[in-house]
Amino acid sequence: MTGSMTSTRNPAEEMQTDPTRDRAPTSTTFSRTLGLAALAGSGWLIVFGLFLSPNDRVQKTGVRIMYVHVPSAWLAYLAFIVTGLSSIAYLWKRTRSLTWDRIAGASAEVGVLFMGITLVSGSLWGRITWGTYWTWDARLTTTAFLFVTYVGYLAVRDLGGSQQQRAKRSAVLAVLAMLEVPLVHFSVTWWRPLHQNETVSDGKLSGLMLFTLFVGIIAFTLLYVWLVLHRQRVLALLDQVDDQGLDVAIAERRDEAIAAQEVPS
Amino acid sequence: MNTWRIARLVAAKDLRVEWRSRVVVNQVLPFAALVMVMFAFALDNDQVLTRVAPGLVWLATMFSLLVIVQRAFAVETADGALDALQVAGVRPGGIFLGKAMALAAQLAVLELVLLGAAVVLYKAEVVASGIVLLVTTYVAATTGLAFVGTLYGGLAAGAKGRETLLPLLMLPVVAPVLIGATRATEAALGTENATPSDGWPWIGLLTLFAVVFGVGGALAFGSLIDE
Amino acid sequence: MQPDSGTSSAEDRGWSVSVCAVMDSVVQPVVQPVVQPVVQPVVQPVVQPVVQPVVALVDVVAVLGSFPALAGASLTVNRGEILLLRGPNGAGKTTLLRLCAGLLPVERGTATVLGCDLVADRTAVRNRVGLLGHSNGLYADLTVADNVRFWGATVGATQAEIDDSLTRMGLSNRLADVQVARLSAGQRRRTALACLVARRAELWLLDEPHAGLDAMGRDDLDVTLRDATAAGATVIVASHELERAGALATRVVEVVGGQVRRVAP
Repeated sequence: MTGSMTSTRNPAEEMQTDPTRDRAPTSTTFSRTLGLAALAGSGWLIVFGLFLSPNDRVQKTGVRIMYVHVPSAWLAYLAFIVTGLSSIAYLWKRTRSLTWDRIAGASAEVGVLFMGITLVSGSLWGRITWGTYWTWDARLTTTAFLFVTYVGYLAVRDLGGSQQQRAKRSAVLAVLAMLEVPLVHFSVTWWRPLHQNETVSDGKLSGLMLFTLFVGIIAFTLLYVWLVLHRQRVLALLDQVDDQGLDVAIAERRDEAIAAQEVPS
Repeated sequence: MNTWRIARLVAAKDLRVEWRSRVVVNQVLPFAALVMVMFAFALDNDQVLTRVAPGLVWLATMFSLLVIVQRAFAVETADGALDALQVAGVRPGGIFLGKAMALAAQLAVLELVLLGAAVVLYKAEVVASGIVLLVTTYVAATTGLAFVGTLYGGLAAGAKGRETLLPLLMLPVVAPVLIGATRATEAALGTENATPSDGWPWIGLLTLFAVVFGVGGALAFGSLIDE
Repeated sequence: MQPDSGTSSAEDRGWSVSVCAVMDSVVQPVVQPVVQPVVQPVVQPVVQPVVQPVVALVDVVAVLGSFPALAGASLTVNRGEILLLRGPNGAGKTTLLRLCAGLLPVERGTATVLGCDLVADRTAVRNRVGLLGHSNGLYADLTVADNVRFWGATVGATQAEIDDSLTRMGLSNRLADVQVARLSAGQRRRTALACLVARRAELWLLDEPHAGLDAMGRDDLDVTLRDATAAGATVIVASHELERAGALATRVVEVVGGQVRRVAP
């Protein structure tokens, strides 16, 4: 399969060659290993984040939200970049393949989820630390815009039409979003220059806190890859169902033609 | 038929349609003025209104833009004209440019009316030292809005259930224009002790925005209106 | 394993795309000034000096949503023919016409129209084809003359050619300056046909063109179509008007259940 990013055999292929299986699992050895690693990473994060890492001098326990908020934000941007790059890969004739479209879609879905987590956790953190649910700082506002843009992207993906039409339309939209988000970011940054509320990465984190943050980022990234892998496979299977549905529909339509012919005109 | 001639043809056609039907003049301009009045109802404080007048003007512009874009593409899809344009092999880049030009012309009229409404209703003051900045702001912002409106209007045109997508898709995208144009207008009008020199950096942003969506739109429009 | 329709062998078909590009950029400007003054200028399309079927569809599947409107249609049409498509409602006649105009993607099968491969690039064929569908493609707020002038201008027609299109469809004199919104359905249909005539296409695709026209309009249309084919164009008409269209047509095929069947003469 051209342009396939996964180095494993597509389980959809497995299903084709083994008709005795009546389930279509989307896991392979690689993804199971990955899932275990993500699970381990999450466990490690919980241990370090909730227990082993120290309280902040000022924020006390409240700083622990950072271990969810920052990795989620990182993931949201990663997902966005992956969607953008996959869309470009789809649009470029040499690497055109619906797999890229599905990766873009899967990444967008997972990305929306993590953007939501980023916004909510950021909001709660702000409430605990500074007493406000929301500040108009550049990063939060840009993330909010990214969130809405993504929701729009997912809505466009659901517009219908053939798989190629969906792919082309959403790929173009994703590339436009890639162009637009830096503009939004610049305008919001100039609008509200980073002020002292931006204490997230002011370098005052102790070594252990930094380490926990690092663990968090790794754990979340593993989780992201695992989710996108599975979701992309599910989308592939859904597309296959559509194709098979098409075969059935074509056969039905042809039968209708034959039946019409047998009726004396 | 090169792209520029197509663009002029399409723009002339769009403006002729508006001239004959007067939808923007008779319906959208009153709507925009109404929005300005409703802001006054909601905010209910003369000093506040004068201070936020630039923002309200551009906000009203954004909402009116949605309506004008919907109208511009309703004209095309009502009798399958957009399909016919595609079948005619008319270059999509030319259609994009032409519709954007016509949209910009209508926006310009709208913005002028809204500025007048702000002067009258919110007691905003246009100062001589800020005129150049003001005009440049309007030109840059209008160009960007016209490009974005045409692009996403094309996407949202046609099939059922797509029209409601237009606000969702467009408003996040025009946010930079809202921010930039408002700040530049504030600088031009001298709101809150801003001076024109504060406004020029924002012009850079607006121009970048217009260029990105002008080029990107011309390239992407064909794919987005394709069935 | 289902082949990824997204990965159509565009490279394999690239040659036909470049043939089209050569025709459009080199042959057309050379042939047009030579041929045009010699043959009837009014409905003269540009004549390409190649002998191959104007339309060659092999086992084409086209979908509307998830419904296979065309379920394996094969059709060959040669230059100068007037082909009548007949068949019951829902058979796929409209879809067939729209596919030949390059408006719908070819889901499966091969389709070559006027030498252009529709699978590789369906935009290349568009400006050489004229389609009259169920809708008229008119701007209701503009006058008849405005509309015909606009559509003629997209191909660079002169004022004389535009005037002739109006006359051919019986629209000159008082009707030319009436807003389309004020016309009757039949008059709008005539206007749409006048716009089509002004476009001087090589392939005319007409979907129920006689419907809504009065007797004189139908006569005008028949004369125009015969003149067009005499000057080198090809016409495909989908119609329920079996008598009139049958008299006009050089060949008849039946479209049933998304497929094309020969009709015994």
